[in-house]
Amino acid sequence: MNDTSDITPEELDDLIQLIKGHYGYDFGDYSRASLTRRVRQCMEKAKIPTVYDLRFHLLNETSFFAWFLQSLTVNVTEMFRDPAFYRNLRETVIPRLASYPLIKIWHAGCATGEEVFSMAILLKEEGLLERTRIYATDINPANLEKARKGTVPLSAMKEYTANYIRSGGKAEFSSYYEARYDEVVMDPALLERVLFSQHNLVTDQVFNEFQLICCRNVLIYFNKDLQNRVLKLFYDSLVPFGYLALGMKESLLFMDVRSQFEAVSESVKVFRRKA
Amino acid sequence: MSGRSSRPSVSPSKYSEEKRNAVADKIPQTDLVVIGGSAGCVPVIIDLLDALPPSFPFAVVLVIHRQKSVPSEMDKVLGSNSHVRVIEPNDKDFILPGRVYLAPQNYHLLIEQDRSFSLDYSEPIHYSRPSIDPTFESAADVFGRRCTGILLSGANRDGADGLASILQSGGTAIVQNPATCDFPAMPQAGLEAAPEALILAPAEIASFISPEKP
Repeated sequence: MNDTSDITPEELDDLIQLIKGHYGYDFGDYSRASLTRRVRQCMEKAKIPTVYDLRFHLLNETSFFAWFLQSLTVNVTEMFRDPAFYRNLRETVIPRLASYPLIKIWHAGCATGEEVFSMAILLKEEGLLERTRIYATDINPANLEKARKGTVPLSAMKEYTANYIRSGGKAEFSSYYEARYDEVVMDPALLERVLFSQHNLVTDQVFNEFQLICCRNVLIYFNKDLQNRVLKLFYDSLVPFGYLALGMKESLLFMDVRSQFEAVSESVKVFRRKA
Repeated sequence: MSGRSSRPSVSPSKYSEEKRNAVADKIPQTDLVVIGGSAGCVPVIIDLLDALPPSFPFAVVLVIHRQKSVPSEMDKVLGSNSHVRVIEPNDKDFILPGRVYLAPQNYHLLIEQDRSFSLDYSEPIHYSRPSIDPTFESAADVFGRRCTGILLSGANRDGADGLASILQSGGTAIVQNPATCDFPAMPQAGLEAAPEALILAPAEIASFISPEKP
């Protein structure tokens, strides 16, 4: 890993400019440490020795860029990750949402959908899925395509089952999916109330009004400026007293919007918009 | 060190004394001590933290292989013997001298040019998240020669490439003497990737990072 050509901060800046100018994706306000790692990994995987060569491929091969984009963004996700969070959702947030005739939830940065499937299961068990609309968005079209299929690797199900039980799950977890070879397919009924669509948090705007926004472990890939802009977007997209769920190590403490939210649970990072 | 007499004790050899003397002037130039370990490293880390003086001019970052979805009190366990409070940083927290940070469960811990943390939730590396390599590598990128990396007991080769990166960037690399490790694979891999790394026993590492103590 050490023998590969290094990438300097200046070279990364140049790449960001190239991608923005040529393809319109703006990574300028992404966290540099993570982005540097991803670019290095892409170069290793594609056996591209220098940043000069990488620039050549990016400028001349659209199909290479599609692969590069897919590899650059982190698409890792889990079902019922952080069971304590889902327990809080079930016990504290969902009962409050029940008072709305139509519940609207936004999963921002949904990757391949595992958290969306988890939310749908939770809502089904609380008897609310029928009157919920889940908007699940991601920057990456390949992720959305996979998410719509509702498939999850079979190898992950043991862990997800344990997570589900710890989160206070009420049913047999296996009743929600069908195993097919090396993957499972989630019950299509779970996805009937879900709309997957492309949305770029960097450039796109408010598109609806929600009672709950889940954006867990997405902001960590952004710098503070972009985090502030996205949190403002979330504030503007929430109804008064709407809920915002962040990742376990994402904090509002130093963010511009901090005084406009109150903590519902500081430990699992659930916040609520003040009126 | 009481209660753990089963670990082979190593008297400071002439070799390591020479090495220690050779690097004794390096610690004042260190802004960041980043420590990685896996199986068998927790008792060593507890002793290291115990040996830290009440205040110290560098930050300490710990990356320990740990389970991901179960409640963990690792921060409290590590700080239990010591006056030092162990902090699991939030994303974008600044790295401050005199503090001890622990990579949170189920994230990689990276370091930004402005000396803040970034968390990363990409694929596990060497079956681990947090993994030692990415933290060591980004520490090398940002702190360069003002970084000291220490690789402790562990059962796989995570951290070896990162340790080499720290050396390449002009920093200081240390491995726990494999003879003192419950699981020597990790420091051995570190030595293969970074042959110039210093080989020190736990007590020597402790005196290295707390030079003010006699």
